[in-house]
Amino acid sequence: MRVVLAEDLALLRDGLIRLLGAYGFEVVAAVDNGPSLVRALVEHQPDVAVVDVRLPPTFTDEGLRAALEARSRIPGLPILVLSQHVEQLYARELLSDSSGGIGYLLKDRVSDVAQFVDAVRRVAGGGTALDPDVVAQLLTRRAREEPLQQLTPREREVLGLMAEGRSNAAIAAALFVTEKAISKHTNNIFTKLGLVVSEDDNRRVLAVLAYLGGPS
Amino acid sequence: MNDDEGVAARFGATARRGTTAALRGLVQAVLSQLGIAVFVLSVVSVALIPVGVGLVLAPAALLALRALANQQRAWAAEWSDVPIPLPYRPEPGARLSPRWVWWLLRDPATWRDLLWILVNVPVGLLLGLLPAAALVYGVEGVLVAPWLAQVTDYGWGPFWMLDDWGVLGILGCLVLGPLLTAVALPLGPRLLRAHALFTRSLLAPTRGALADRVARLTETRAATVDSSAAELRRIERDLHDGAQARLVALSMNIGLAEQLMKHDPDTAQELLAEARAASGQALTELRDLVRGIHPPVLAERGLDGAVRALALRLPLPVDVVIDLPGRAEAPVESAAYFAVAEMLANVVKHSGAERAWVQIEQARDRLQMIVGDDGAGGADPAAGSGMRGIERRLAAFDGTMAVTSPPGGPTLVTMELPCASSSPKTSPC
Repeated sequence: MRVVLAEDLALLRDGLIRLLGAYGFEVVAAVDNGPSLVRALVEHQPDVAVVDVRLPPTFTDEGLRAALEARSRIPGLPILVLSQHVEQLYARELLSDSSGGIGYLLKDRVSDVAQFVDAVRRVAGGGTALDPDVVAQLLTRRAREEPLQQLTPREREVLGLMAEGRSNAAIAAALFVTEKAISKHTNNIFTKLGLVVSEDDNRRVLAVLAYLGGPS
Repeated sequence: MNDDEGVAARFGATARRGTTAALRGLVQAVLSQLGIAVFVLSVVSVALIPVGVGLVLAPAALLALRALANQQRAWAAEWSDVPIPLPYRPEPGARLSPRWVWWLLRDPATWRDLLWILVNVPVGLLLGLLPAAALVYGVEGVLVAPWLAQVTDYGWGPFWMLDDWGVLGILGCLVLGPLLTAVALPLGPRLLRAHALFTRSLLAPTRGALADRVARLTETRAATVDSSAAELRRIERDLHDGAQARLVALSMNIGLAEQLMKHDPDTAQELLAEARAASGQALTELRDLVRGIHPPVLAERGLDGAVRALALRLPLPVDVVIDLPGRAEAPVESAAYFAVAEMLANVVKHSGAERAWVQIEQARDRLQMIVGDDGAGGADPAAGSGMRGIERRLAAFDGTMAVTSPPGGPTLVTMELPCASSSPKTSPC
C-alpha cells in the first residue's frame, strides 16, 4: 500500500516511516511542509496520506488545508490527519464532503501500533477513523438530549465505537462479546435514534456522525 | 543637465506638496465652519439637561464634537506629522447608560474639545483658506488677468485693476503673479502645520489627564504583572507535579522492563504497557496545559475559529455570531479569547442555562464581545474571582466589562476592547 507522509519533525517522520514500513506500507514520499504536500499528493496519488495538521511555512493548520485542497482536486483521496490536539471544528471540515476515507487522530494514538495501523488501513479502504476524544466531545454535547438518554450504558459505548469508525467485528473484539450481540445493539441504537440501518459500514458511520454532529 | 533635472524635480515636488496642502486647507476650513453648528448644539443640549430633553440630545451632540476633534487629530498626524494622543478617560460600561453620559460630561477633555471647536471657527478658516487663496490669486494673476484685460474692461491683477496701467500693469502682473505663487506653494504645508500645532495645544492631553493616565497604567500594569507571575507559578506547578513526575515514572518503568526483558518477559511486557499508559496521561496533561496557556486552535484559526471550536466543546448549544475584518495582534486575540472562554465556563458551571450565545464584532472603534445565556441569573462580578480576573486582564487593554444578571436571568456580559490604546499591541484594530 502506497503512503504519502507529511510531518515536519524529523524524529516523528522517521519513526512513522519505520513503523509503516514494518507493517508493509510503502512510503512513496515524506514531505515536511504544506505546499510540497499538495504537490506530492497530486503527483503520487497514494492509497492513503498520513498528514500532520501543523506544518511549515505558517505553522498553523497548513496540513489540514493542504489535505482539504488535495481532496478537492482528487475526490475521495484517503487522508489520515494527525494532530497534537483534536477539535470538533476540524473534524467537521474533514467530514464535510461525506465521501469517506477520512481519519482524524491524536498523535498519541500512534503509540498503540496495532490500532494505529488498523486505522490507516481502514482509511485507505474508504472508511473512517475518528479519535475517541472527538467522539467523546460529540457525545457529551448531546448527552442531555432525549434520544441519547434512552440508550443503555452499553449501547452508548457501542455508539461511541461506531462513531470512531469501527466495524461490528472490531467493536465485538474490543468489548469481548460476539458480533451477533453487537449487531443487536446497533439495531437498537438505530431504532432509538430514528436512523435507517445500513449494512454498509462506512455509510453507517457517516449516519451516526451526521446525527451526533448535527445542529442541536 | 543633472542639476537641471534635480531642480525640476524639486520644483515639481514643492508644487505638488503646495497644491495638496492648499486642498487640505480648504477641507479643514469647511470642517471649522461645521464646528459652529456642533458648538451651538452641544452648548444648547447640555443646557437643556435639567429639562430632560438634553439627556437625549447631549450624548449625540458631544459624540459629534468628539468625532470632529478626532478627525482633526487624525489629520494633524497624517498630514503634518503632529501626532496628538487621545486625552479622554477610559469609557465605562455600556454606551448611552446614565453612567456613560456622566463620564462624557465630567471629562475635562470634553470641555477642551468644545473650546477648541469655538476658537477653530476663525483660526481654521483663516489658516485653511490662506494657502489656497494665495495660490489661486498668484496663478490667476499670471495666466488669466493680463489676457482678460486685453479683451474686456475687467482684469484684476495681483493687487490692482489692470485697465489704467496698460502694458506696465500687465508686466507687473507677470512679475508679481509668479512671485506670489512661489511664496504660496511652500507656505501651504507650513500653514497646515501651524494649524496642527494650534490643534495640539488644545486637543492634546493636559498634564492632569496625563497624570490620571499614568496612575491608571500603573495600576493595570501591577495587576498584569501579578497575574502573569501567578500564571507562570501555576504552569510550573502543573508541569512539576504532572507531566514531569509522569515522565520520571515512565523512564523508571522502561528501565526496569529493560532489566527484566531476558528472564521475566511477561512482567517486562506489563511494565511497558504501564509505561505507554503513563505516557498517554502525560500527553493529555500537557495538552490541557497548552490549551490553558494558548489554545492551538487560537494560533491556527484566530479568535473566530477558536471561539467556534470552544463552543463545540461545551455540553450545551451555543449560538456563535462573529464578524471580524481580520486578525488582531496575538495579545489582544488571547485576552479576548480567554475572556469569552471564562464567561462560557461560568455559564456551564453556574447558570443552569439551556442555551447560550456569543456575539463578537468589530464596531468602528472597538471590539465588542457579548456572552449571554438563558439561565438563572444572579451572577455577581464582585463575588467570582474568575470574572474579576477577566476584568483586570481586560483593563490592561483599556477594556471594560459590564454584567447584567437579574435574579431569574437572563445573564448578559458585555466586554469591550477599545481600538484607541497606547500601544498597537493592546489595540484590537
